[in-house]
Amino acid sequence: MRRGPSPFNLVSMTVGFAFLYLPILLLVIWSFNASKLVTVWGGFSTKWYGTLFQNDQLMAAAWVTIRVGLISATLATVLGTLAAVALTRHGAFRGRTLFSGMSYAPLVMPEVIMGLSLLLLFVALGIDRGILTVTLAHTTLTMAYVTVVVQSRLATFDRSLEEAAQDLGATPTRAFWQVTLPNILPAVLAGWMLAFTLSLDDLVIASFTSGPGSTTLPMRIYSQVRLGVSPEINAVCTLLIGAVTIGVICWSIGMKWRERTATPA
Amino acid sequence: MSAAKGRPAKAAGKRLNIGAVRSSFAPWNDPAAVPLVRFEGVSKRFGDHTAVNDVSLDIYPGEFFALLGPSGCGKTTLMRMLAGFETPDAGRITLGGEDLAGIPPHRRPVNMMFQSYALFPHLSVEQNVAFGLKQEGMPKAEIAARVVEMLDLVKLKPFARRKPDQLSGGQKQRVALARAIARKPKMLLLDEPLGALDKKLREETQFELMDLQVELGMTFLIVTHDQEEAMVMADRIALMREGEIAQIGRPEEVYETPANRYVAEFLGDVNLFEAKVSAIEHPMARLAAAEATDGFYVLDDDCPPAGSAVSLAVRPEKMRISLDPPPAGTHNVLTGEIWDIGYTGDWTNYIVELPGERLIRVARANASRFVDRPIGWDDKVWVTFDADAGVVLEQ
Repeated sequence: MRRGPSPFNLVSMTVGFAFLYLPILLLVIWSFNASKLVTVWGGFSTKWYGTLFQNDQLMAAAWVTIRVGLISATLATVLGTLAAVALTRHGAFRGRTLFSGMSYAPLVMPEVIMGLSLLLLFVALGIDRGILTVTLAHTTLTMAYVTVVVQSRLATFDRSLEEAAQDLGATPTRAFWQVTLPNILPAVLAGWMLAFTLSLDDLVIASFTSGPGSTTLPMRIYSQVRLGVSPEINAVCTLLIGAVTIGVICWSIGMKWRERTATPA
Repeated sequence: MSAAKGRPAKAAGKRLNIGAVRSSFAPWNDPAAVPLVRFEGVSKRFGDHTAVNDVSLDIYPGEFFALLGPSGCGKTTLMRMLAGFETPDAGRITLGGEDLAGIPPHRRPVNMMFQSYALFPHLSVEQNVAFGLKQEGMPKAEIAARVVEMLDLVKLKPFARRKPDQLSGGQKQRVALARAIARKPKMLLLDEPLGALDKKLREETQFELMDLQVELGMTFLIVTHDQEEAMVMADRIALMREGEIAQIGRPEEVYETPANRYVAEFLGDVNLFEAKVSAIEHPMARLAAAEATDGFYVLDDDCPPAGSAVSLAVRPEKMRISLDPPPAGTHNVLTGEIWDIGYTGDWTNYIVELPGERLIRVARANASRFVDRPIGWDDKVWVTFDADAGVVLEQ
């Protein structure tokens, strides 16, 4: 009997992974290029990482992106979780289908349209464009994703746990905090991660809703690339990839650990 | 724990119904007794479906009360209305004289043991038991003491730090029980508490629940579809059918004197004979039926006047089966052939075919290990029963 993957599987796997990761790998390799010319290999060097931290514009943009990401992901998680709870827990209220359809709309709405409509709204309300408007816009964008993730968890969540909590004297609010939330927490955190990642790499909506002093990292990278790719950009992208990878690894270790502690000894 | 502990001795002396558990306990016969829970004309509809229809029911302090019926008969809905998870469309539910309308579940002095147990998976056994006590704002030291007391009661002390998914089904059931009684509620509601346990464990747990109920002096309301469970544990049973109560009574009352055909057929096995009252000769009555050439000769309790159409209900275990004809002059004799035999060890069930392809069931306890000649397939047999073995039901 043959063991291991068949040649066909092996080939398709290789091609698939190459398709996904080759560009990223190239970018990481070029970020260690000593030459200033992006397409000519001049030996190994980490100097671009050094100059990166002296590039005030890039650092400012990174700082903006992180702040926007943290705040908007947190806001979106709170709102998205509340929406998911309302959609799964309040039975068939009037207009429920409409409400759930509307809360999913940002998933399929072209980002250009969302960005433009948000811009019009902020202008109409007379809100100066800046970090606040980008944060609000990203909250709008990512909330729907959180709702989807949390709602799928709530759908499989045993309703009688909440009833048991209430039966034992907990008000509906306390039942939510003490029983529902701890049990759906993995989904809520996954929703937060998703929201943070989406905010981190959004370019379109940020372009519409940001103002002076609130340029995000993707916007900065995009505008610099138009003037020519500098090795610094490769370095900053590598750092971003590194951060995301570490996040994913921590997450999966955390999930494994949870599973292990949950299984019978 | 033994089943007899803490229970009054069986009443002896005058002729009583078989069964007779706690026969000195009968507050429902005492006009001065005040019920703990009253359902008064309670109805509940879900869309077009009437789940509970105009149910009135009293449950007395210290009673072990069972709501019995097939799935969808409204028994769970009735219990959930008492716990506060459903609101009645009509009628009133009072607990200790207080109208429960508008009182949310968390402020009702009853606790429920859920069918799925509903243990909090993120909390350990002791945290689960402590959950309700924390909501009350009980001091920490007191909580700890009460948790130990409860875990002792259900023999789960060594498992205090485990998570629910590290427990067996029986242990989970005990945690759910300990958690529900930890607050010392006025009443404990049990929704199919033994449904998920295997047969042996279920039997043991039945007796343990009975002992616990006496020990705590708590009122228990159990919802079950398992008649044996209800018969063994309950002081009284309300047998439900399509949202209505078919009969309320002690287990032996509903079994031995069913109020109607539905009750007779739901509880255990029964042979029903369509008959017509031919004469009342107090205290006896004569019935004419197709199966018996000489008719039936039975007690005239609750028997309608001559000429009425009735059903005679006779339980299989109250019939005798023999290979030899009974002495002349014996009443209630049926003859037939053995159609099928089901041997279960303690009992043997004989399916007897009477003339006219009518099948009846006769059960015989296998009291001895050997017989001179066993009853076999296609044997001609005589089936007899006593005049007080059957119940006359109006149609």
